[in-house]
Amino acid sequence: MAYLDAASTEPLHPAARDALLAAIDAGWADPARLYGTARRAQMLLERARAEVAELIGARPDEVSFTSSGTQAVHLGVLGTLAGRRRAGTRLVASAVEHSSVLHAGALHEGGGGEMEIVGVSRTGRVDADAFAEAVARPGAALACLQTANHEVGTLQPVEEAARACREAGVPLLVDAAQSAGRLPLPEGWSVLTASAHKWGGPAGVGVLAVRKGVRWRSPLPEDERERRRVPGFENVPAIVAAAAALRARAEEAEAEGRRLSALVDRIRAEVPRLVPDVEVVGDPVLRLPHLVTFSCLYVEGEALLTELDKAGFAVSSGSSCTASTLRPSHVLEAMGVLTHGNVRVSLPRGVSEDDIDRFLAVLPDIVRRIRSSLGVH
Amino acid sequence: MWRRRTGGARRSPEAVRAEPAEVAEPVQPAEPPALTIDALGRKCPIPIIMLAERINQVATGGVVAVLADDPAAFTDVPAWCRLKSHEHVGSYELPHGGWSIHVRRNY
Repeated sequence: MAYLDAASTEPLHPAARDALLAAIDAGWADPARLYGTARRAQMLLERARAEVAELIGARPDEVSFTSSGTQAVHLGVLGTLAGRRRAGTRLVASAVEHSSVLHAGALHEGGGGEMEIVGVSRTGRVDADAFAEAVARPGAALACLQTANHEVGTLQPVEEAARACREAGVPLLVDAAQSAGRLPLPEGWSVLTASAHKWGGPAGVGVLAVRKGVRWRSPLPEDERERRRVPGFENVPAIVAAAAALRARAEEAEAEGRRLSALVDRIRAEVPRLVPDVEVVGDPVLRLPHLVTFSCLYVEGEALLTELDKAGFAVSSGSSCTASTLRPSHVLEAMGVLTHGNVRVSLPRGVSEDDIDRFLAVLPDIVRRIRSSLGVH
Repeated sequence: MWRRRTGGARRSPEAVRAEPAEVAEPVQPAEPPALTIDALGRKCPIPIIMLAERINQVATGGVVAVLADDPAAFTDVPAWCRLKSHEHVGSYELPHGGWSIHVRRNY
């Protein structure tokens, strides 16, 4: 099986595995207690916090660990909106944010707040001028922008958005889930969120960083853990492993990113050459190093995923028939690109070039077979 | 509670339903279609396949209406037009749900 779905989850990094096994023995006790084993757990937790903080460009006391990237976004969005209630009630977000941002925004709307969605170009890049304008209008409480899109890989103009937010005095939440550990993180954020399993850490660890001076109030019942930002007992071994993976990825990122990006360039060039009626979507240059998405006309996404699975390839799709909602991906819709026959290929660390060769070898015949089963020749 | 959409390539079907006043297209098409394809109840990519099969049944410059209620068709028919260099004339809501999506054959 060739695993080409790193954007869903990256396989556990060997450095994370080693750290996890060691920390399960050394860091199981309650870090909030005062005896020796507890102090050891607390030391491991704080060392991991300091390490993650350094790698994301934050101070340790700005960093909290959550139980997932989704929880980090929910707390980041709702907590900042709660802290800014007197300043305004309008949340500004791009149309292609992760569903965790949009769902938190929907809850905010349900409570009487407002959400303004800023559109994107055909390549999925947010219109920086429209974003700046939306942020500058009175009543903006928070702006949200991802570093890179999770479905098509397009990088967002975060630094321009941060400048506009700074000028307007509006905090900016940057969702770095797809780029943390792969690309240097942008500066200028007020709140940063990320997810460890996307960079090769274990599942169940998210990062919520809130800059000193940003008003934030927990939307949940009071709890003393994680500087009162995240409720519940910390998973210290997983957090230690997450920090180890992020450290290892940061060291490898440049060389491995270059290698994966060259493979993505190859897929972007070869797929339209080998398969007729295909649209490769997303920005060809301003993109994540490891992710490429294309849509095949006259093909059902689900059939394509099933056939690729049979041929030994794990990929994902934004087509509606592959989603529980029966709606196509809001990202592809917002871009105005084909939503059916959609395939997202995202390369994990260490993927072999042979796997890409094989993928390119089997794809044309699979598409041809599915099309002919629908009467398209 | 309101929602404003700013700029962008495309409006989602919800946006159209939520803000009819902001939809660029008129409520009624200016030009009656020369051919209507009923793809109601059919899931993508079937409506697109039906359109591709039958567009040549109208003369160059003629309009085909695709009736579809799969939300994917709302995005995919205009995207198909762009890829195939035909013209997406407009998408008009049907009284019982779905859209009549009008396409002009360009060649």
